[in-house]
Amino acid sequence: MDKLHLHYEVEGNDFVAAGEAAGQMKRTLRQLGIDFEIIRRCSICMYEGEINMVAHAEGGSADVIIAKDKVTIVLEDTGPGITDMELAMQEGYSTATQDVRELGFGAGMGLPNMKKYADTLAVESTPGVGTKVTMEINIPA
Amino acid sequence: MKHSVTLDKDKCKGCTTCIKHCPTEAIRVRRGIAHITEERCIDCGNCIRVCPHKAKKAVCDGFERLKEFEYTIALPAPSLYGQFRNLTDVNVVLTAFLHIGFDHVEEVSQGAELASSITKHMLENDPDLPKPLISSACPASVRLICQRFPKLIPHISKVSAPFEIVAVRARKEAVERTGLPPEKIGIFFITPCPAKVSAGRVPAGLSAPVVDGFFSISDIYKRLLTAMKSIDKPLPLSNSGLIGVGWAHCGGESNAAFHGQHLAVDGIENIIAVLEDLEDGMLPQIDFLELNSCNQGCVGGCLTVENPYVAQTRIRQLIQHMPISLNRLPKDAEPPAYMFDDKPLEALPVNILDDDMEIAMQKYAKIEELLEALPGLDCGSCGAPTCKTLAEDIVQGLALEDDCIFRMRERMQYLMGMGDADEYLPLPFRRRDDEA
Repeated sequence: MDKLHLHYEVEGNDFVAAGEAAGQMKRTLRQLGIDFEIIRRCSICMYEGEINMVAHAEGGSADVIIAKDKVTIVLEDTGPGITDMELAMQEGYSTATQDVRELGFGAGMGLPNMKKYADTLAVESTPGVGTKVTMEINIPA
Repeated sequence: MKHSVTLDKDKCKGCTTCIKHCPTEAIRVRRGIAHITEERCIDCGNCIRVCPHKAKKAVCDGFERLKEFEYTIALPAPSLYGQFRNLTDVNVVLTAFLHIGFDHVEEVSQGAELASSITKHMLENDPDLPKPLISSACPASVRLICQRFPKLIPHISKVSAPFEIVAVRARKEAVERTGLPPEKIGIFFITPCPAKVSAGRVPAGLSAPVVDGFFSISDIYKRLLTAMKSIDKPLPLSNSGLIGVGWAHCGGESNAAFHGQHLAVDGIENIIAVLEDLEDGMLPQIDFLELNSCNQGCVGGCLTVENPYVAQTRIRQLIQHMPISLNRLPKDAEPPAYMFDDKPLEALPVNILDDDMEIAMQKYAKIEELLEALPGLDCGSCGAPTCKTLAEDIVQGLALEDDCIFRMRERMQYLMGMGDADEYLPLPFRRRDDEA
């Protein structure tokens, strides 16, 4: 077996449930004996992605493909899309609403953190259609 | 690892209460008897607490063991003081120990104050200390970290347990006082929980035990109570303050550390949630993390007699009139004397499906496949706490698919060519009316 596929649905507007996919993924990665540091990075990437989908896109789906050499996390939503990618990648920039900010989110660290903790990050977004975020975290041999 | 939680086979009915309440999924029922998987047990005592047949017990020592020594010393845990109604002077309890066969008594709260003093010193002076520093006082929590959060092991404080600090000092002083060789002196810890018994018998960070035996608070309670009634003039034996005695309840230890931000957590499920967050870096910046596997802290230990909330309130009232602390680290003390560093804590991972990641992935896929076919009722009839644990046991070769009574029933009906399975199922598991 060379690949293991996990799939999660992320509910929109539910900040309490956000992080569930990250938690479940973490348990699975632990059962596979993957190094703690790798798990931590995957976990942060997934958590930030989940929060983004909850805050901006009324939820979405998360797919995790685990191979011996890397973990790939694919997040897809049908939200408003990102109009200015350069700004979105900037630390501290956020389009989150006041409601979301009052809950303690929307600090503008989502995508920057994903970039920091993933080995590769690819964001495909079409305004009005949706966003697809693909992150790869390498597992050193 | 030698555990101190064991089973009374005659009393065990093979019911599934304990498997449902074990936080580490360490128990399986097999042939009418609950079996504890040693590698998974953290001695938290939850099974002792919930067993309706009193079949789970902690292995402590019998009082006849006092006869093995020429001079005996009792080390009562501070949680003991919360067990007595209308207690205003801890000296009454301490004096009672001398009436029930001990030659000497030293409060564990003295060791707690020394531990607090060292911890405070470390937090203030050691810039390289991993933050948060995690308390090493609750052995069930320490073992949980070694099993499930090995990445956090470097955070665990190397300060010895209060009873160990006191035991080492008490033996040394007793040798000087009596002239007896150290092995003739018997030191007994009066414990609120089985985790401290296991940890004391095989210390996690020490190469040899420093106490000679353990009596549970519940075993010694009645003897003390009887003796206490006849004490008019208690001896002035107490030598600790509110910091040491405060360790008996959740928050006492972290309040004593004084420095910076601290967080005190009680209850094993809450601990697991906090450690998950800490591991992911999701906790706010804190300097010290106190963990108590029992609700309300050590007063909630399963070997105590009083309701933990009542005991906690009593401790709070009792310490109101105590001095702050009577035991501080001497300026010239060598801190290592109070630290365990001769045997580092080891990771004891129990959740990894296989050392070979490829095989682990195969096993994981098989578990998912099995879960699809299992009923998802977590009924426990197979002897495992959940359908998921049964699936894990199956891939590890520890159980069979037919252990699930629902799967078994389906198969039998199929073989016998019988019709609707619904008629044969117990009422709770039949189809809903709206599905019929």
